[in-house]
Amino acid sequence: MRLFGKLIAIACAAMGGLSVTLPSRAEEPKQGGILRIYHRDTPPSASILEEATISTIVPFMGVFNNLVIYNQGVEQNSLQSIVPELATSWAWNADNTMLTLKLQPGVKWHDDKPFSAKDVVCTWDMLRGKSANPLRKNPREPWYQNVSDVTAIADDEVVFKLSRPQPSLLAMLAAGYSAIYPCHVSARDMRLHPIGTGPFKFVEFKSGESMKLTRNPDYWRKGKPYLDGIEYTIIPNRSTAILAFIAGKFDMTFPTEVTVPLLKDIASQAPQAICKTVPIGVSTNLIVNREVPPFNNADIRRAMALTIDRKQFIDILSEGKSDAGAAMLPPPEGVWGMPAEMLRTLPGYDPDVEKSRAEARKLMEKNGYGNSNRLKVKVSTRNIAQYRDAGVILIDHLKHIYIDGELDPVESANWDGKVARKDYSVGMNLTGTAVDDPDVAFYENYGCGSQRNYTQYCNRDLQAQFDKQSVETNFDARKKMVWDIDSKLQEDIARPIIFHGRSATCWQPYVKDFTLMVNSSYNGYRFENVWLNK
Amino acid sequence: MGAYLVRRLGLMLLTLFGISVIIFALLRLVPGNIVDILFDSAGMVDPKEKLKIMQDLGLDKSIPQQYLSWIGGLLRGDLGYSYVSEKPTLSEILPRLPITAKLAGMAIGFAVLIGVPLGVISAVRQNTWLDYALRVLSLSGLSMPSFWLGLLILMAFVATFGTLPIYTDPPKTLIDELLLLAVPAAAVGFRSSALIMRLTRSSMLEVLRQDFIRTARAKGASPAAVNFKHALRNAMLPVVTVIGIETAFLIGGLIVTETVFNIPGVARFLVEAIRWRDYPIVQNLVMFIAVVVVTVNFLVDMLYAVLDPRIKYSD
Repeated sequence: MRLFGKLIAIACAAMGGLSVTLPSRAEEPKQGGILRIYHRDTPPSASILEEATISTIVPFMGVFNNLVIYNQGVEQNSLQSIVPELATSWAWNADNTMLTLKLQPGVKWHDDKPFSAKDVVCTWDMLRGKSANPLRKNPREPWYQNVSDVTAIADDEVVFKLSRPQPSLLAMLAAGYSAIYPCHVSARDMRLHPIGTGPFKFVEFKSGESMKLTRNPDYWRKGKPYLDGIEYTIIPNRSTAILAFIAGKFDMTFPTEVTVPLLKDIASQAPQAICKTVPIGVSTNLIVNREVPPFNNADIRRAMALTIDRKQFIDILSEGKSDAGAAMLPPPEGVWGMPAEMLRTLPGYDPDVEKSRAEARKLMEKNGYGNSNRLKVKVSTRNIAQYRDAGVILIDHLKHIYIDGELDPVESANWDGKVARKDYSVGMNLTGTAVDDPDVAFYENYGCGSQRNYTQYCNRDLQAQFDKQSVETNFDARKKMVWDIDSKLQEDIARPIIFHGRSATCWQPYVKDFTLMVNSSYNGYRFENVWLNK
Repeated sequence: MGAYLVRRLGLMLLTLFGISVIIFALLRLVPGNIVDILFDSAGMVDPKEKLKIMQDLGLDKSIPQQYLSWIGGLLRGDLGYSYVSEKPTLSEILPRLPITAKLAGMAIGFAVLIGVPLGVISAVRQNTWLDYALRVLSLSGLSMPSFWLGLLILMAFVATFGTLPIYTDPPKTLIDELLLLAVPAAAVGFRSSALIMRLTRSSMLEVLRQDFIRTARAKGASPAAVNFKHALRNAMLPVVTVIGIETAFLIGGLIVTETVFNIPGVARFLVEAIRWRDYPIVQNLVMFIAVVVVTVNFLVDMLYAVLDPRIKYSD
């Protein structure tokens, strides 16, 4: 409780210090103007709760509010950067199994109906699969497995009951994906015409064309937002989109969509643009079907991990900008990643790649493989450049240890199904993590039975350690536990992480007070502080 | 003539029926369906939720049942709902049609207005520097992919004018729209103009060697009258056929051009719909395109009789 109290104090300090954390400015924010952003594709729907893609989060996060949110002026998401939104304050009970949140009074939905604690209950009923108004897809259900009940004890007060203490609940509540939905609007309507309490009202969503939001004049945070609206024009062709940004047709690129080579184009042709290259929270990783011979043999899996030359991947695919790391995003941007010296001790992370490959060859030889008996394998991957390119490099690395790989590009629509059916031996995959938090990363990607645990890796001992770290309230103690778990995951070749990607976002210099978050690309698009100095 | 028309219309209906079966079957042969893609965007697969969506969309029914349901709806004028946007198919397709129609019309107009006169000039000035220059131009048009030409045009616009002729907001007036579509129409029409130019040239060369042209010249007709009244009219039959075929093939070029110039027309929408396996959109849009192509072919056949009085459609 003492430590939870500390967390509350820190959160309150962050709350009070909101104006302090925002970049100091000489000018006062100006009201007005439409922020124009190009969008990379047509989002599958406007329903944030049903999707797991930045394509939905970016355009529609401004329509909603959360109970709590990562401070939109702070680059690094952490428990310390969580500030109130629809909840004015929160408190844990003595045994840290009940979180009580007081709610903002006088908040209205965009259709003028009043917001109350009942809407919070409805939202978590949907998220926990207990609603009569069910979501069509529910990718975040595993986040709330520890939430046993959500109750409205008054119109302005709600209680989350947990099966066991879980400080990371707040981290998940603060994510862009944790929007509060109204009870009175169906899940179908939320996909087509979302109603929120946020700073911007939904205007229209034209598939393949555009999405438009307009300023919510009755927003409960008086004076916000500064923008009159936001317009997203869908431009799937990346070259056209970048040229349009260079020509000044847009105020901002789609977040994290500017690759390193394209960044050079922008730097030379639009030198006034402000561009930041940050980790995007997406890791490129190797998936191995542990049930198919010979990959049910730990030696073979270890040999495959040992042959990976991470530096080469990073140099080729991102001109040296991406980061080698384990399951958790590495520091300094990542809060929970292990230090570099610890990372180097893990299989396949030694900078002396030849030494690792010699060890790998011995393991392969021990199992009967060699130059005269090479292992033939199909490297399956999604038929998209990001996946395919990494797959090709992997095939080259495998050659060094008597494995001849053949690329098996899989039509994107069939990829998840193929992996879920375990219809592959070796695969190259990309995994996005919405919140830089061990509970999200471990349970989602490595937890027994999790639907996003593509390899269905399940280690009961580690699962128990996931729970143990999840309960821990002392940050330093928990961090050590996380490093230990992460090391074991890499030792066990659960899903070898090859690198954590980085890419850039650019905006025109007159776009003010936009903060690009550095350890998640899913949480920073409320846009209520952004203004245009035109 | 009447019996011929009835036979042609019967053949058109048979062709459309065949196309409906082929597009329906091909779509289902493509790996994956909308439900797979919906779960792809959620990054997970929940078998229970998947089955529920399949049932909601009628994808759990047998293939013949699905086909009959679609054709039945089509005959009643009910095109169903888009799987992705969950809006009526017609309301998704209709606003996009005029954009593509204007673009296609302008592209074909550009191709004919450039291709036919230049083809005539090239033939009349055979083996001169002008003929060589026009032949090089037509070859470049045939060999340059329209997406590459489109990108070059965009880059040239940014470098020269600091702006970009792409579709970001709906144009306010028809003039604005036509100006906006002029550049992409030229980009997509360039290839067709090259083809028409080459065909007009060769067809003209053949006609210009005919006896009746010599007769026309002998009786003192002006070169313009000989070239355009006597020769061109007789040389136009194969050109009209190619214009008809090019109109049908234009959809391929429009897909690329609409993507590069970001034009929200049906061609790009069709590709998006295929990517999403949005069956109602793809099936109905392909059927619409098929109707247009079959009708254009029919009209081209009818035009033969107008252009060449020797052609008669007998019973």
